[in-house]
Amino acid sequence: MKFLRMKPGHGEVLIAEGDVEVRDDEERLVQEFRRQLDAGMWAAVPLDGQGRRTAQLARSFADVPRDAERVIFFPRAAGG
Amino acid sequence: MLLALATTVLVAVALLWETMAPRLAEGWERHRARRKLVALPDYDPGRERRAEARARQLLKSCVNEAEWAMYRDLGFVRVWGTQSERPGEHGAAVGTPYAYLIYPHKPILAYLPQTGRLLNEYCVVFPDETRPYGSARLPDSDDVLAKWMALTGDERRLIETANLHMPGRQLDPRQIRRDLWRLRQWERERARVAAAAPAAEGSTRGGSVPGR
Repeated sequence: MKFLRMKPGHGEVLIAEGDVEVRDDEERLVQEFRRQLDAGMWAAVPLDGQGRRTAQLARSFADVPRDAERVIFFPRAAGG
Repeated sequence: MLLALATTVLVAVALLWETMAPRLAEGWERHRARRKLVALPDYDPGRERRAEARARQLLKSCVNEAEWAMYRDLGFVRVWGTQSERPGEHGAAVGTPYAYLIYPHKPILAYLPQTGRLLNEYCVVFPDETRPYGSARLPDSDDVLAKWMALTGDERRLIETANLHMPGRQLDPRQIRRDLWRLRQWERERARVAAAAPAAEGSTRGGSVPGR
């Protein structure tokens, strides 16, 4: 599983990577997930359905499907 | 006489010094400040372009083929609404299909595809206050992807976060109608090409069989 973060002037940045089946990796991913949300990010998991792609917003690491390849973090939405 | 004159000069110089010293000191500080080198991040004219290229690849990898082609060809993405009630219209016809147009760094526009009626503008931004290169603004395609993920992931949450405005506040309704017309033309063309492709494939296969 890869954690990507959108960044102004750069595009996405790989901020963490690990195997959720490995305990140490999972713990590291959980901590990084919390850190990103605490920093004001939203997390989304791109989903590939049958002919229709969508995303799932994750409010905690438990919301992230175990087989997800990527979690994309982006700045929290605000009224413009 | 000489002593009196010297004393007068000394007093005058002392008084002038009291008056002028702060101004001189301020002028000197200003001069030093102008000459001081301020550390600025090196300007890289290609950075935004590279960032946008990366963002386009990420967008392409997340949305479906038609949405990507729409963005590439037309500059916006259409996302169908999924709420049973149209956003911002309590009591409106339940089940009427509605959709959103997503533009980079512009409000999201809700409209009715059947009639072309423009419903609302939703002003929403995704500012990154860490400002890694001095700007809080995501690349265009990242902004589109953030809106797409937020809309398809939790439409209600995004709509409730956005500032609601009547159509025409930031987006020119004439431009939107033109874009909707372009979208219809674009879809017609894709449908025509898709319909022609199997026929062409069949005729090619037929032609490749000897003796027929």
